[in-house]
Order: sequence, then structure tokens, then C-alpha cells
Amino acid sequence: MTTAILATQLLALTTGVLLVTSVLLVWQRSLASAVRVLAVQGGALALLVVAIGLTEGDAELFVVAVVVLALKAIAIPLVLARAIRSSGVEREDKPLLNPTAGLVIVALLTTLAYLVSTPIVAATGGTGAGEAGPAAFSAPVGLTMVLVGFLLLTTRRRALSQVVGFLVLDNGIATVGFLTAAGVPLVVELGVSLDVLLVALILAVLSGRMGALIGQDPVSMMTELRD
Amino acid sequence: MAALLLIPPLAALVFGLAAAFVRSTAVARLSGVSTSAVVLAAGIALLALGKVPELGGGLLRADALSAFMLAVVGAVGLTSTWGGLGPRDHGAASAPTTGQRRYAALVCVFLGAMSVAVSTDNLGVLWVAVEATTIATAFLVGHQGTRRSLEAAWKYVVLGSVGVAIALLGVVLLYAASRSAGEATLSWVALASGELQLDPGLTKVAAGLAVLGFATKAGLAPMHSWLPDAHSQAPAPVSGLMSGVLLAVAFYAILRIQAIADMVLGPSLMRGLLLTAGLLSLAVAAALILRQRDYKRMLAYSSIEHMGLLAVGAAIGGPFAVAAVLLHVLGHGLAKATLFVVAGRILATEGSTRIEDVRALLARHPRMAVPYIAGMAALLGFPPFSLFFSEVGIVMAGWRAGLGWAMGLTLALLLVLFAGLARASAAMVLGAPVSDAAPRHPMHPGHGSPEGPMTPLVLALAVTAVAGFLSVPLGTVLLRAAAVLGS
Repeated sequence: MTTAILATQLLALTTGVLLVTSVLLVWQRSLASAVRVLAVQGGALALLVVAIGLTEGDAELFVVAVVVLALKAIAIPLVLARAIRSSGVEREDKPLLNPTAGLVIVALLTTLAYLVSTPIVAATGGTGAGEAGPAAFSAPVGLTMVLVGFLLLTTRRRALSQVVGFLVLDNGIATVGFLTAAGVPLVVELGVSLDVLLVALILAVLSGRMGALIGQDPVSMMTELRD
Repeated sequence: MAALLLIPPLAALVFGLAAAFVRSTAVARLSGVSTSAVVLAAGIALLALGKVPELGGGLLRADALSAFMLAVVGAVGLTSTWGGLGPRDHGAASAPTTGQRRYAALVCVFLGAMSVAVSTDNLGVLWVAVEATTIATAFLVGHQGTRRSLEAAWKYVVLGSVGVAIALLGVVLLYAASRSAGEATLSWVALASGELQLDPGLTKVAAGLAVLGFATKAGLAPMHSWLPDAHSQAPAPVSGLMSGVLLAVAFYAILRIQAIADMVLGPSLMRGLLLTAGLLSLAVAAALILRQRDYKRMLAYSSIEHMGLLAVGAAIGGPFAVAAVLLHVLGHGLAKATLFVVAGRILATEGSTRIEDVRALLARHPRMAVPYIAGMAALLGFPPFSLFFSEVGIVMAGWRAGLGWAMGLTLALLLVLFAGLARASAAMVLGAPVSDAAPRHPMHPGHGSPEGPMTPLVLALAVTAVAGFLSVPLGTVLLRAAAVLGS
């Protein structure tokens, strides 16, 4: 019984942290602190997996939690931090949105996420998965993160802040997966994790090469190819 | 029997490792060709045996559709990699450079990832393999290391990964739906069997997201903006592989999702989505091909056109339309790979990708002009090439399914595209040479060689030319593959 209460509280805490870190990333300008926030978000995601593992009583999820922690709270932030140090770009100084407008849009996106996830919550929160009830009801948090990831991708100009946007998007998808279905099977989870790590590495390398080739501001200089 | 499934990924792994670590020019040159040949042989063997082998609880499984796609991956891969081999450098026969070894290894990984994508029953593994193709091709697109190719690679990885991430969201939600229905599974067979009572509302959201995501990777409008950049900047064999078969692999994922959605929701949702995307792709390609000045980009837009046509065919549904779609996948793959290989040779000779810089090819370089003309004739849908039959098949099926207005629109757009491609090609090929002076532009280093083997091009075009007439064995195979999708 106490485990169930603990798990529910942990679930509420971690989904709260996930939401707050996403909002912070929209407001945040410094790239180094954006990476730290991303690491915190990765840690919260790992704890969320632990909480769901407790509710489900599924030992496999604890393995997944370790993988998530190693990958999203440690490995990927390290890769990004290194890329930022070598690029010499410290701040996102040309965002298309000012912080206030960003926060208003996040509020709208959160509302939108709650509206569009009605069929998801209705289908997964009901009877079928029993204990998954409270988890499924927080599924909109994951969708909000997906939408915030999109917002970051489309409004940021620096190459590495776009990578941060992509990673928030991916964290959001993982959150939806864990909340609605207790995560995908382990083989698939490992494959997905490896893919995400490699994409982050490739983007870091590419942005480094572009920086070396065409100067400091890669993405806004991308106007060579057009019709 | 089931071991046959392991052969393509294992071959890709072995040849890829060999290319990466053995310092031999022969290994670096032949690893991609060997991998493609093995994949092709495995696909044909699976088709000939006609059984459905399974391995590791559905992690690998090949029904007729998978076996057909495996054969297409192998055939297009063989055309691209073999046709992309330059003449052997007799002078400096030293060890290959790091760049060459990495290129060869990544081509093997790319082929292996596509093989896994088409021969798995698990939608999660399918997703992982499709994302792995993005990873393998990222550095292949940026291989030249120029500003333009890095820009193309960046856009490709960001848009490709984000698009495919949306598909992952769809796959995850399908898994959630199956879990709520009582059996948590990602097996396509289980999901498409209709035995699980999937929640219709959730399935609608999940299938919509999955199709949207894979459509980005398949280059369907309006998510196509990365495609012309990536396909025009990649080295010629990679362009051939990406245009000829990677798009088709992503499209194959859409077909699988469509089967699940149709089972749960009836065909109207997917028909609407695919018809919109297909007609929009045809319209975008038509608008941009007419004023295209770069022949590699022109070929890339032609790929968007053909993907649009495939989407229209899939929207129609039914065994006849799906068989025509699959025949079109084969014909387009072979013709497009041939054309990109030839385009690479033209670029190496002329030093420019601008259409106006290439004149009188037939008089000056008949060894490039003849395969170019034949490939373009195939692509434009001239008989006897199989694209003629598949296009007619798709339009006929659409007419019979009561989509006459859509077929009329499709035919009108195809006509515009025909005019655009034919005009640009005629300008490049015909005419008298102005002077026999040396190339106006310096040679592009790293763009391959103006010379190369003709055999793969002749073989690919010959297969395209006879494929439309082979009711046995090809026709039966296509119908068996279409039957897998339950249509």
C-alpha cells in the first residue's frame, strides 16, 4: 500500500519536474544552462520510469530507468556540453520569440495538449491497465513536451539550441510512452536510445564542422540551397 | 530457412566492418556491391521458397511483401553501388583513405538498416531501423564536406529525425492501444489481424501520427523540403540509393500502418490522408520541376512525384492497385538509380549541375547520353518500361474505385511533369556541340568519375523494360505481396 502511495507521489513529482524544465528551456537563453536543465529533465524521466516500475511491479523497468539515466541525464548532456565549449557560442542571442511571448505560447500549447489527449486518456486511463490510471491521466504532460520541443526547433536560430529542442521532443515521446503503456519492450527501448544518442552525436559533429567552415552562426546562414 | 532472414543484416555487418578496418582498396570498393548482391539473393530466395520464416519472436519475419521489398533493396543497391564504381586507379594503388573507408562502411550499414526495416514484424524494430538509415546516411550526404553538402546534411538529419520521431509517437500510442485491448504487442501481424479490440479513437490518433512521420521520411508533400537538398548534394550512388529505395522503404512502413488502421477504422481515414498527400506531392513536384535549373534537383523532385503517385495508389487500395504500386516501386527504383549514377558521371565530366551548362551530350558523350535517355524514357512512363504499366494500372484502379476526379487530376499533373522533364532532358542531350574545347569548369573532386561500368545500368533498364510483361513469376509475386496487406 505504501509503495502505491509512494509511486503516485513520485509520479506527480516527476511529471511536474518534466513540465517545469520544459518551460524553463523556452525561457532560458544561455546554452550551458539549457544543457543542465536538459540533464535534470533526463533525471526526472528516469525517476518517472522508477515510479511506473513500482506501480507495475515490473523489474525490467528498473533496467530501463538505468539506461534512461545514463543516456538522457549523463551521456547526451555531456556530448552537447562538449559541442558548446568547442563552438564558442554561449548564448541563444537571436531567438524569434521574446521570453514573455514564449511563455504565453507554452501556456497555449499546454492547453492544446490537454485537449488533444482526450482520446488517449479515455482509451488508456480506463479499465484495461488497472493501476496505470494516474499515469495515463498525466499523459498530456508528455504531449506538452513534444509541442514545446517543436516550438524550440522552429524558433531557435543556433544549431545547438535546435538540438536541445529535438531532445525535448524525444523526451516528450518517451514520457507519453511510459505514461500510457509503461514503455515499449526493452529491445525496442534500447534501439531507440541508441538511435537518439547517435543523432545527438551526429548533430554535434555536423554543427562543429559547419562552425569551422562558415563561422559562428550556422543555422541562420543556411540559405545556399533553395529553388 | 529462418536463417535466411539473418543473412542480409549479417552480410551488411561483416562487409561494413571489413570496409571500416581492412586497409584494402578492393574491400572498400566491393563491400557495398557485395552487400547489395547478398540482399538481392536473400530476397529472391525468400520469394522463391514462398514460406513465411520467423526468428526471435517476430523480430525478423519475412512475408511475401517483405521478401519483395528485400529484393528491391538489393536490386537498386546493386545498380547504385556497382554503377558508382569508378575505374580502378592503377597508379596509386595504396590503402584507401579514412574518408573512403568510412564511406564504404556507412553504405553497408545503410543497406543493412533498410534490410532490417523491411524484414521485421515488430513496428518498434521497423522504427529503429528507419531511424538508423537517417544516421547512416547523414555523413554520406555531407560526404563532400562543402558548405552546401553540410547544410543539406543538417536539414536532412533535423527534419528526418523530427519526422520519424512523430512516427515513434504513433508507434508508442499503438502499443498503448494494444495494451488497453489486453495484449501489449508491437507485432504487425497481431495488430493487423483484427483479433485485438483496439480503441478506435486512440488508433486514429496513433495511425495518423505514424503515417505523418513516415511520410516525412518518404518525401511526401508538405514534409518534403529536405529531400531536394539531400538528394542533390549526396554523392551519386548514395543519391540513387536514397531516391530509389530509401523513400520506398519509408513508404512500405506507411503501407503496414495503413493495413492496421483500415482493419480498425475502415479505409476512409487513410484514403483521405494518402490521397491529399499524394496529390499535393504531385502538384509540388509539377510546380517546381517546370522552373528547375539543376538536373540533380530535378531528379529529386521527380522522386517526390513518384512517391505522390505511390500514395495515390495506396489510397485507392485493393489488390490490383497495391500490386501496381509495388511494380511501380521496383520500376522507379531501378530507373532512378540508373539516372542518378549517370547524373554523377555527367557532373564529373561537365563540372556543373546546372542544366544550361550541359549541352549536346548525345554528340559529345554518347556513353552517358544513351543510358540517360533510356532511363528518362523509363521514368517518363514510355512503354515497354514497367512504369507505363504501373501508372496505367494505378489510374485504372482509381477509376474503378470511383475516384475519377482524383485520377483526372493525377493525369493532368503527370502530363505537366512529363513536359517539364522532357524539355530539360532534351535541352541537355540534343543539339550540336558548340566547340570541342576543354570543360568550362574545373573538375569537381570527389564527385566520382566520368567513366564507370555500363553493365549495371543496362541490367537495371533491361529489368525495368521486361518487368511489365512478366506475369509469371513477377505478377504472381506482386499479387501475393499485395494479399499480405489484406487488400
